[in-house]
Amino acid sequence: MNTNSISGRLFKSSLAQWGIISLAAICVLPLFFILYYIIASGIKVIDWSFLTHLPKPVGETGGGIANAITGTLIIVIVASVMAVPFGVLSGFFLYEYKNNRLSRWAGVCVDALHGIPSIVIGIVAYFWLVKPMGGFSGISGSLALAVMMLPVVIRSTEETLNSLPPNLREAAMGLGMPLHKIMSRVLLPCGFGGIISGALLAVARVAGETAPLLFTAFGNPFMNADMSQPMQTLPLLIFNYAMSPYTSWQELAWGAAFILLSLVLLLNLITKIITHKWKIQL
Amino acid sequence: MAYPITQPTNNLARTPKTGLVVNNAAQKEKLQHKKAFRAIRFEKIFKGGLPFTGILILALFTAIGLTLVIYAFPSVKALGFSFFWGKVWNPVEHIFGGFPFLIGTLITSFMALIIAVPFALSVAIFLGEYFPKGWLSGFLKGAIDLIAAVPSVIFGFWGFFVLVPVIRNIEFKLGLPANGLGILPAALILAMMIIPYAASLATTMIKMVPADLKEGAYALGATRWEVLKNVIIPKSRSGILSGFLLALGRAIGETMAVTMVIGNANIIPTSIFSTGNTMASVIANEFSEADSPVYFSALIELGLFLFVVTLVINMIGKTIINRTKIS
Repeated sequence: MNTNSISGRLFKSSLAQWGIISLAAICVLPLFFILYYIIASGIKVIDWSFLTHLPKPVGETGGGIANAITGTLIIVIVASVMAVPFGVLSGFFLYEYKNNRLSRWAGVCVDALHGIPSIVIGIVAYFWLVKPMGGFSGISGSLALAVMMLPVVIRSTEETLNSLPPNLREAAMGLGMPLHKIMSRVLLPCGFGGIISGALLAVARVAGETAPLLFTAFGNPFMNADMSQPMQTLPLLIFNYAMSPYTSWQELAWGAAFILLSLVLLLNLITKIITHKWKIQL
Repeated sequence: MAYPITQPTNNLARTPKTGLVVNNAAQKEKLQHKKAFRAIRFEKIFKGGLPFTGILILALFTAIGLTLVIYAFPSVKALGFSFFWGKVWNPVEHIFGGFPFLIGTLITSFMALIIAVPFALSVAIFLGEYFPKGWLSGFLKGAIDLIAAVPSVIFGFWGFFVLVPVIRNIEFKLGLPANGLGILPAALILAMMIIPYAASLATTMIKMVPADLKEGAYALGATRWEVLKNVIIPKSRSGILSGFLLALGRAIGETMAVTMVIGNANIIPTSIFSTGNTMASVIANEFSEADSPVYFSALIELGLFLFVVTLVINMIGKTIINRTKIS
């Protein structure tokens, strides 16, 4: 066929279009494969006792992941308490002082923090908390996760505040409101949805992180709510039990993967709904 | 008088602490001043303190870098720059060469990028040009975002139990040692993980191409594919490239998924079916069992190298994005 004729060119165009559509469609497949395998294998092992019992030693059937669920909840909540207030304040700083040399450099640092590989943050948290404290601990895991959450919270706060109409701030200033009141009474309540969704996105990002916890929270086969001791989390449990040669442990890992995936996807869904309403780009 | 109703409590004020009613005008004024001054003082503290958050971010970043440099120093001193050219990593005999991991990281992440590029570009063109609106693109966008949300340990877990057996079968049919673990599954998993990152920026850039350029091309009689090839892609090229660069940075630093499927052998990989190790995965595997100070700090030096490489890649990517956004 003559490729310069109009029908040849149109044929080429539609061929390219279908090629691109099919390649794009293939990208969705891994998600469904993963969802299918995790749900199919995970749902079998999940019942009430799976959620409320500790892992059994090798050789005994049954057992659950109660320690990992508590550990994940505690570590992530403590990390959020460390990262969210400071992150929101810094986001407000970056928004308020836009043309300031310090805030420009801080912005660069936020981007750089966002790009640091998670394992490197694990190493750093090891030297900051684990080594001085003399042992692996839950709190060091929280610190590592907080460092990972920080850039997401800062950027989403800044983006949300930037998306608010500037006359809100100007009106408040015109009324003679002090800056901290403008922040706490006007801007943060107005941008609440966006900021909360940024925080949730940060939580979703770190809830599944394993690498920074390998040398900090370390993992623990027993129930532990003491932050100064090693703690088990869902991703650590999945990593350790999936690579073990025992089928009973692998089943625990499938169940834990199901719980973790549902948790993370649920958080993302909530974020998506809020951001859709807010029309902000995170 | 036009204002007959003055409130009877007008010149009364309550002291904030005791709640007692004060009936003294001078005292009332004093209280008001006090309140105003307190507000001003707080405002000053707040305004003065806000930049400290910025300073703290700078300090946090510097502290992370410094920690790595300080603890990597013993290895830099003992091994020097030959560290990255040493081809053997044998902790038992105290031989530390980082070359196998350097090669492992380079091969897996570049292979992942090469696999991911056509897919990410297709997704970006699909979302940015062919179907910018509608339920179909909403569905695709949602699915791609969810892929980005799946934790890496779950990718690794899935890869270990689903992808690796498939590759083992292929190897068996090809007559190779049927191991399954190795460079190929690691690169495939990484490719799946970085497609969303590469695609999302490329979508934004493709959407930013001005409509009159496209319309001009259509008016000259170009087909859709010709507009895409000759107008849209060249116009958004630098933005797309920086998106791929950021995705590469993610692939280099990715740890868990790779650790679970690459086989963790400290050798220089010879083919895509060979096992290997990357910088991130060797740290994950050996950090908590490193027994000698040099071994320990050699691992940290790998971490420092990862830190620097991802930093440079991210900075280049961000600079390109900022430049294209302004122009």
